[in-house]
Amino acid sequence: MSETGPGHLPGDGAGQEHEQEEEPRVPHRVIGTPPPAMAHTLLGDPRAAAEPPPPRELPAEPSNPAKAWTAERLAAALFVLSALASIAFIAAYVGLEVHSVDATLRSNLALGLSMSVAFLAIAAGIVIWVRNVMPDVELVEERHPLASTEPEREEFKETFTEGAEASGIAKRPLLRRTLIAASVPLAVAPLVVLRDMGPLPGTSLRHTVWRKGMRMVVYGPNTPLRAADFSTPGQMITVAPEGFPENQDVLAKAVTIIIKFAPGQLIPDRPGSPGTVMNWTVDDIVAYSKICTHVGCPVALYEQTTHHILCPCHQSTFDAAQGAQVLFGPAPRPLPQLPIGTDAEGFLIATSDYRVPVGPSFWELGASGFRGGNE
Amino acid sequence: MSATEKLIDGTGAWFDDRLRGAKIMRTWFRKVFPDHWSFLLGEIALYSFVILLLTGTFLTLFFQPSMTDIVYHGSYTPLDGVHMSEAYASTLNISFDVRGGLLMRQIHHWAAIVFVAAIMVHLLRVFFTGAFRKPRELNWVIGVTMWVLAFTEGLFGYSLPDDLLSGTGLRILEGVLLGIPIVGTYLSFFLFGGQFPGHLIIPRLYIIHVLLIPGLLLALITAHLLLMWHQKHTQMPGKGRTDTNVVGQPFYPYFMAKTGAWFLFVFAICALLSTFAQINPIWIYGPYNPSGISAGSQPDFYMGFLEGALRMWPSWRWNMLGHTWAFNVFVPALVPLGILITGLAVWPFVEQWITGDRREHHVNDRPRNAPTRTAIGMAGVTFYGILWLEGANDVIANWLNISLYVTTEIARYAIFIGPVVAYFVTKRICLGLQRKDVHILEHGVETGIIRQLPSGEYIEVTRPASGNLRAVLEARNELPRVPAIKRADGDEGPPPPSARSGIGRLRVALNRVLTESIPLPTGNGHGHGDGHGNGHAAEPAAIASGDPGHQAPGGGPTDGGDDRQGAGG
Repeated sequence: MSETGPGHLPGDGAGQEHEQEEEPRVPHRVIGTPPPAMAHTLLGDPRAAAEPPPPRELPAEPSNPAKAWTAERLAAALFVLSALASIAFIAAYVGLEVHSVDATLRSNLALGLSMSVAFLAIAAGIVIWVRNVMPDVELVEERHPLASTEPEREEFKETFTEGAEASGIAKRPLLRRTLIAASVPLAVAPLVVLRDMGPLPGTSLRHTVWRKGMRMVVYGPNTPLRAADFSTPGQMITVAPEGFPENQDVLAKAVTIIIKFAPGQLIPDRPGSPGTVMNWTVDDIVAYSKICTHVGCPVALYEQTTHHILCPCHQSTFDAAQGAQVLFGPAPRPLPQLPIGTDAEGFLIATSDYRVPVGPSFWELGASGFRGGNE
Repeated sequence: MSATEKLIDGTGAWFDDRLRGAKIMRTWFRKVFPDHWSFLLGEIALYSFVILLLTGTFLTLFFQPSMTDIVYHGSYTPLDGVHMSEAYASTLNISFDVRGGLLMRQIHHWAAIVFVAAIMVHLLRVFFTGAFRKPRELNWVIGVTMWVLAFTEGLFGYSLPDDLLSGTGLRILEGVLLGIPIVGTYLSFFLFGGQFPGHLIIPRLYIIHVLLIPGLLLALITAHLLLMWHQKHTQMPGKGRTDTNVVGQPFYPYFMAKTGAWFLFVFAICALLSTFAQINPIWIYGPYNPSGISAGSQPDFYMGFLEGALRMWPSWRWNMLGHTWAFNVFVPALVPLGILITGLAVWPFVEQWITGDRREHHVNDRPRNAPTRTAIGMAGVTFYGILWLEGANDVIANWLNISLYVTTEIARYAIFIGPVVAYFVTKRICLGLQRKDVHILEHGVETGIIRQLPSGEYIEVTRPASGNLRAVLEARNELPRVPAIKRADGDEGPPPPSARSGIGRLRVALNRVLTESIPLPTGNGHGHGDGHGNGHAAEPAAIASGDPGHQAPGGGPTDGGDDRQGAGG
């Protein structure tokens, strides 16, 4: 490359007819003869004889040859290192099995490390190459205004107008308007076919599967609970309706929490002072929806001393003793209270569905949804 | 004949015979790329996207986007016998049964974080340097669009494994959709194919995540790069750099090599992070169930600002005519996002309208030289930052050992006060830095040499700012003031506003604020040399727009030294 000035590159690479118009100094090339670039080398550059070649923009030699010598060795060493790392990567892939946490950890470490080194070494090598082997240059390129020139614009304007006139789009309103009229229903059609992406909501958000007499089972083990099992006020327990294990569509709305209080701790619902509906409790056990009325996270944190229920997502805080009234946070209404009782065997049951919709607000919720337990 | 010549004469000629590329390739190869560290930010975004495509393709070879309930019996024994979706089980398989699968998963996740972060920092760089100005407004709008697409893509991507954390994220998405007035319930039912969670959301998010959004991003990235290439990159101010040139190194071989190396660096950093920093360990979170949640649930960082908005907003809602307006949900979910997207997208046009500056700009502003724009940008950053911090308020409360509610209360005030404070503080800092620049131009650079005069007085010797430093300090985009008089040279000045219209008056008022700047010393090129240390009477304290009668300060005291105009140039 050292003997080739940059001026050779554009015209010499190919000998097309068009080239000759733009580069008249390039001699005509007869099919079958060597391309011009070769001719220069063999016979001497005709241009060089006529006038001195333009000064090259990029020097062929590094700015600091001594530094370049060191850099070349260093970059080469890094490239070799990268090759070794890639081989190590393949070896680690072949040699290290996975199928357990420990084995995966080892495999991940070996593969990741060898991969990182393979990339890093090439990258570092190239940077050293560019900075120390390649001569330091700074070129200045002209920048022209982006706008076309006035004649160019005029020419385009004429072309555009000619085309528009030839098409008759301006002169023939019937064509234009009917085409626009045709495109409107055509644009609506794709929206229509999205209709079957889901069923209409109907009243489905207003109900859960809870029914009168349905037993409450502990979420997970699915064992029923007796009111008598609670001897002391205690933790919050997550319960589900009996008979829907692993049914996420059901559980996503029906999951419920029950909390046992000491006698007298629950603050009853009174006119003008919302609270817990005592008729819906059994032995000071109260049940609330676990689905936050903000955006539906499970309200999973319970602080026994303050009887605060906290949603870990956005920190809506509810007072479990007082009908799950909102104490803080973005939730707009209490957690709905589930009416509960006991069946003949003493197991906890629901005595009806939730009286108000559970979960986040939605357009059709309406004012009745905000009454909390008080119906 | 050298090997390179042979290559060009052989292969090169073969292609050129068919494509006629020699002329244009010559131009492309010599295309000059300006250099600045901040120009690498956009490249990080580009290359992390490439990494995402590569690793993402690998993951699709093994991932099952299915919500079918199965019982797991795989290598991760703690979850043996547990019900889970096929999506979650296949993610476990990728992690523990596919060699390199965990690494690929982690690189994919880390690259996603790097991708969105790089987009955001790149966007800020473009904003603060004014690189969005004419002729680059279109590329700016494309960039803002890509930011929105990128974090949506991230949200859908991390929701795919159907683990407890991401399932909770989807539940929140459902709650937010439900809260949208009028159409919310329908939107939610159509997206989820019925009630939450249903069996369709993972396959639907999957095709959006692997085809739709990446396709859009790819198209927009292509447009972004083509426009950048066509319009040529901006450059930072410096000696010899003007709005009519580009100074830097050529594409071939310099930029090509450097940018290739940069791709490998970005890949290596993602790989290193994935080797040593565990991310999204879904096997610890467990499969999704609607009853479970872990404390300290946080989305990936780029969704944090929306999470914070949801946490911060009070529980306001209306019931009107039997319908529920869930202001507590749709306002925080949509309004801050809307403010940020709209504000960013329209800013170039608003700024152009206020300044009346219709010129092309190719030399970037130093942020200090556009004090009001920088201040507005910092106000925006503060707005975003407070939302983002509030998105982790439980972690912060725990860390600082303060009440959770206090953090939210603070955020509720800070979201209004913070941006205002940031605006004024930033503006003061910018004006202060401008004063410093003016000082250096007027009095020169301190050399640290103390000289005693015959009178016994000590002075510090200064050296006139010269060369690149002077060029950088003097690089200012002097903004026309509205109303401006049509200039004698016939250049297009901003049209005088209809002086009495409300809009016109607003524009003039905004123009006064936006053009606020410390004027450069008159007679640029004065470099007061060594040996004046006394009586700097003309400290340029006045702000140009603050006092219409104020004359731009003269070149400062001229008694101290000889005028060394152009010294060191």
